Amino acid sequence: MSLLREIRFTLNGVARQVSVPVTMTALAMLRDVLHLTGTKYGCGEGECGACTILVDGRSVNSCVMFAVDCDGRQVTTIEGIAADAQWQPLRESLVEHGGVQCGFCTPGMVVQASHVLSRDPHADRQAIKRGLEGNLCRCTGYKKIVDAVVAVADAGGKVAP
Amino acid sequence: MSAIERYEVPRDVETAAEILRGGAVTILAGGTDLMPQSKAGRVSFGKVLMNIRRIPELMGVAEADGMIRIGALTSIADLLELDTVGRRLPVLWQAADQFASGQIRNMGTIGGNICNASPAGDTLVPLLVLNAEVELASKAGGRLVTRRVPLRDFLLGPGRTARRPEELLTAVAVPVPPDGFRARFAKLGTRPALDISTVSVAVGAVVRGGAAEDVRVAFGAVAPRPIRGPRTEATLDGRPLAKAVIDAAAEVAHDEVTPIDDVRATAWYRRQMIHNLTKEVLSHVAAA
Ligand SMILES: Cc1cc2nc3c(=O)[nH]c(=O)nc-3n(C[C@H](O)[C@H](O)[C@H](O)COP(=O)(O)OP(=O)(O)OC[C@H]3O[C@@H](n4cnc5c(N)ncnc54)[C@H](O)[C@@H]3O)c2cc1C
Ligand code: FES
Ligand code: FES
Repeated sequence: MSLLREIRFTLNGVARQVSVPVTMTALAMLRDVLHLTGTKYGCGEGECGACTILVDGRSVNSCVMFAVDCDGRQVTTIEGIAADAQWQPLRESLVEHGGVQCGFCTPGMVVQASHVLSRDPHADRQAIKRGLEGNLCRCTGYKKIVDAVVAVADAGGKVAP
Repeated sequence: MSAIERYEVPRDVETAAEILRGGAVTILAGGTDLMPQSKAGRVSFGKVLMNIRRIPELMGVAEADGMIRIGALTSIADLLELDTVGRRLPVLWQAADQFASGQIRNMGTIGGNICNASPAGDTLVPLLVLNAEVELASKAGGRLVTRRVPLRDFLLGPGRTARRPEELLTAVAVPVPPDGFRARFAKLGTRPALDISTVSVAVGAVVRGGAAEDVRVAFGAVAPRPIRGPRTEATLDGRPLAKAVIDAAAEVAHDEVTPIDDVRATAWYRRQMIHNLTKEVLSHVAAA
């Protein structure tokens, strides 16, 4: 039996308290304990970006993060981004540009793209490509995804609320 | 299966050192090495898992007495954003820029990169060229003591360092590079992002009146640990960085390294690439 630890953190704006094994990944906590399954398990090794979440505003691979390290932090998952009107243009742009096929990479892509655009709302194509380097997609060939994010950046990254 | 009996989150170095004195402690920083390695069964946890990410003393960069001190928890992304690193230690900035992906750069720390002691560790190669020293803290006789060890003596082999089990790596300190010092890092992988270096090279030198002085050369992924190349350095020291000198140095570098065959590349290929990268990096230093 693995040692458990009680942690408290803010998840998509809501205070949460949960007991987790100390060696559990943040990804397993989100999916298996909190049943937020938008965040995907791809490689489990930090290589594919399907599990990307934001912790204190920085994007990380939740599959290599220890869940206990979420204690006291602000965690945002794709469910949080999906509920945020600020990212409506990004979602629409992905649909318009055909940036979604099977959709498995999409949650991670959207979280990482939101991170890139938050840090630089006018990021150019090169910066966007570099920003998405850690997110693999087996379907689209990337061009459509990059086009979709570039279109949002050209428009200033966000719409006025 | 985990044998962890306690999880500790110290708030200062003193408390962390006290916990370390108790023995059988696994230190957790960003976790980007620890999580995959433990899941793969390559490392097993001690009785105590100690998360050091809530220790403010391990964060931040400061300059004093001719040394730039980089806190152990400084992330690779922080290195890219810190003005001091970009302006004064561009060779370290270049390595951070070619490190993994945005997400891993946000999590991975410089202290973790050093303690993980991978032969391909990307910050280690520029840090060797910068004559970096690591700062280690421990508790002895009720007092917190620190010692500094040159990085080249600290790295012993894959995953092995001169850190004693009761020591915490608190910072890496780099002497402010001399006036006119130019340095450059290059790594080779099969794709730009998220690739462990097949080989990497960093070169630094003071170029004065055409001649290179204080030449420092380091190689990654061609020996059990990142290494300096004293023979390559000797062929360059005091000479102008002209094409013939650069070509000769690249030949020496080719012979000086001792790579192995593995899944990423053959030894033969690595030697060739060390030759080519050394030439490329030296040409950049000469042209800077
Ligand atoms: C997908 C992926 C890509 C990667 N790409 C690269 C790459 O391009 N280049 C590269 O060099 N590395 C790469 N790495 C390896 C890793 O990200 C780096 O080595 C990183 O810097 C480790 O830092 P961390 O804070 O995550 O370390 P952790 O995993 O927390 O710790 C690493 C080791 O150091 C020990 N430790 C950590 N901090 C201290 C301290 N202050 N004192 C004493 N011991 C300590 C830990 O106990 C552990 O043994 C990659 C890893 C992944 C998963
Ligand atoms: S599942 Fe985390 S990076 Fe692939
Ligand atoms: S849409 Fe299928 S993996 Fe990207």
